[in-house]
Amino acid sequence: MSEAGPLPRPEPQYATTDQQAEAATFGMWVFLATEILFFGGLLLAYTWLRASHPAGVAEAGRHTKIVIGSVNTLVLLTSSLTMALAVHAAEQGRRKALTRLLAVTALLGLLFLGLKGYEYHGEWTEHLVPGLNFHEDGPHARTIELFYFLYFLLTGIHGIHVTIGIGLIVWLALRARRGSFSSGYYTPVEVTGLYWHFVDVVWIFLYPLIYLVGRSGP
Amino acid sequence: MTSATVTGKPDEPVVATRNYLTEGGVTLRSWLLTRDHKRIAILYTLSITVFFFVGGAAATLIRLNLVTPSGIFTPDIYNRLFTLHGIVMVWFFLIPSIPNTMGNFLIPLMIGAKDLAFPRLNLLSWYLYVGAGLLALFAILIGGVDTGWTFYTPFSSLYSNGYVVLALAAVLAVGFSSILTGLNFIVTTHRMRAPGMTWYRLPVFVWSNYATSVIMVLATPVLAITLILVAAERLLKVGIFDPALGGDPLLFQHLFWFYSHPAVYIMILPGFGVISEIVPCFARKPLFGYKFVVWSSIAISVIGFFVWAHHMFVAGISLYAGLVFSLLSYVIAVPSAIKVFNWTATLHKGWISFDAPMLYALGFIGLFTIGGLTGLFVANLAFDVHVTDTYFVVAHFHYIMVGGMVSAYFGGLHYWWPKVTGRLYPEWWARIAALLIFFGFNLTFFPQFILGYLGMERRYYSYPPEFQAWNILSSAGASVLAAGYALPFFYLGWSLFRGKRAGSNPWAATGLEWQTSSPPPTHNFDRMPTVTRPPYQYRPEPEPQDV
Repeated sequence: MSEAGPLPRPEPQYATTDQQAEAATFGMWVFLATEILFFGGLLLAYTWLRASHPAGVAEAGRHTKIVIGSVNTLVLLTSSLTMALAVHAAEQGRRKALTRLLAVTALLGLLFLGLKGYEYHGEWTEHLVPGLNFHEDGPHARTIELFYFLYFLLTGIHGIHVTIGIGLIVWLALRARRGSFSSGYYTPVEVTGLYWHFVDVVWIFLYPLIYLVGRSGP
Repeated sequence: MTSATVTGKPDEPVVATRNYLTEGGVTLRSWLLTRDHKRIAILYTLSITVFFFVGGAAATLIRLNLVTPSGIFTPDIYNRLFTLHGIVMVWFFLIPSIPNTMGNFLIPLMIGAKDLAFPRLNLLSWYLYVGAGLLALFAILIGGVDTGWTFYTPFSSLYSNGYVVLALAAVLAVGFSSILTGLNFIVTTHRMRAPGMTWYRLPVFVWSNYATSVIMVLATPVLAITLILVAAERLLKVGIFDPALGGDPLLFQHLFWFYSHPAVYIMILPGFGVISEIVPCFARKPLFGYKFVVWSSIAISVIGFFVWAHHMFVAGISLYAGLVFSLLSYVIAVPSAIKVFNWTATLHKGWISFDAPMLYALGFIGLFTIGGLTGLFVANLAFDVHVTDTYFVVAHFHYIMVGGMVSAYFGGLHYWWPKVTGRLYPEWWARIAALLIFFGFNLTFFPQFILGYLGMERRYYSYPPEFQAWNILSSAGASVLAAGYALPFFYLGWSLFRGKRAGSNPWAATGLEWQTSSPPPTHNFDRMPTVTRPPYQYRPEPEPQDV
């Protein structure tokens, strides 16, 4: 296997940006499959708790702050809308609109985190933080503790995902302002969009499980 | 960068200087920041070799302890030894063994690509692995963990006095490394195939790693969240696994085995892939029933998700659940058996030669069959009650993991050694090592079937004196096995400098990886290959040997 002279460079494996975008998008879908199973384990634990102690979970659910939870749902859903519009703007190569929409999405994400922090603060003052500051009497105290244990894990891990998402979106917004994206190349916007929508969908599952089911009973 | 070539000694084939080992520099920095899948594969090989010897050292001490019925170490040290052995061998050797070394090196070559789809992610995966490994070694050095590799609650979450949280963090991190690798392989297999490389022209090695990757991506996150729950329970003294805290230990076992049973297939499917490459090459015949072999890999990765509770037959699951999981565990034996039949049928009327890779492959088929059939024993509810947590189970899974996967790993290492290094290994020594490993392995683990059947429990540092003879046999076998594993370390190292030049295709094998030079250039192929034929076309027209 020897030839004299410089050997020709090989062709790129996939020549067009379309093909590369497809690979990146597909990679994100596979990653989201991982994420589903990740949250799935926690949701199984939640399901087990609710199946074995229904009354306690119902009582714990009534301790949750439904107003903040509902407003946050609205905030996050709106941020998904602005993200979708951002991807659309990127597709059309509208740089200014893209930058603004990304900024609005990041701000909505921050608002979500702020409200969530306020909610955590309320739970701290009501002694609902298992392991650190928990005090509850009554027959269901243990179940309420476990409910809040899962609540903090679920919303905490979700919050970490939101934080990472905000970081990515801010980075995209800065790049967009510099004009890094065009209608021919906006893969990072699209891939981050997929991620952001996933974070939103997770919340759509968490919202009823945390705030609504406990209130549905007598 | 020079593009000229040098000749070796006069009687050796010339070697291209333009290869991945020299291109891009030979500095440490050029290795640690490389994005070349072949260099990352080398990095992985070196790191898993370190862990193989760490885990092996623990195994040696375990076998040493069991030479006498009263044991040599204190129970506490013994517990830490088998935990160390399990954690290191499962997560830091077996799971990355074939995918991250040979898979990394070969998948792009086999599909005619110049790299994996996400080269930077690939490097990140290695750094996660190394970080996790250092964390695990740190946990071991400051005192170790005594929970067993399974981290069963509530012992791990409440009572254990080892460094459980550190170990959990290490396993968590190595899990993310394996997720990233799986993701990379899936996207690569879908999107990076060369023109004409249709799905049914993919080598079975690629299919096997694809099936493995699906498990890595879908099962590992469940382990991750389970470990987080255990760590939180241990740190906060609140949790859902400990009955004293209102939780349920069975929930832990369900979550843990939902990962860890599929993970057993992570630890064997890539081995199937290697054997499916070696057997046709050294029987000079196309792989018998290619599509059956392919789809049995996919079937194993799917059904593998639905058998986990067979680890819990005596843990308190309902009889009905036990029956269902027992039945499903029988079902998953079918695709595994299909593979064994196909390899055997490939040998039928083949022109078999007994080079070292083939010795490992034949050893694999025999040992895997024993491991698989005893798997049916333990899938049986009544028999499992008798042997749960005995050495019968230990012997069973070592026949799969060590007799199977480690044999496949060594077989693959020898088979692709000329491709990776450009040098041939010394055949005579390699055959000796293969035979030592085969006999040493059987001497180590066959007695354990008998011990388990007679009732010797696993994970005890001592045992009744009547079991001593079998234990001495087993420990004697372990020393033969250790010699067998140490031998390749020396002669492969020697061959790096003194081995004969290999040429691009020393085995006259089919497959794209043999069509480029050895070692391959950084970009793998000088011209993008086009594929026009199915794999394993060993007859009627064998590939001409390129010397």
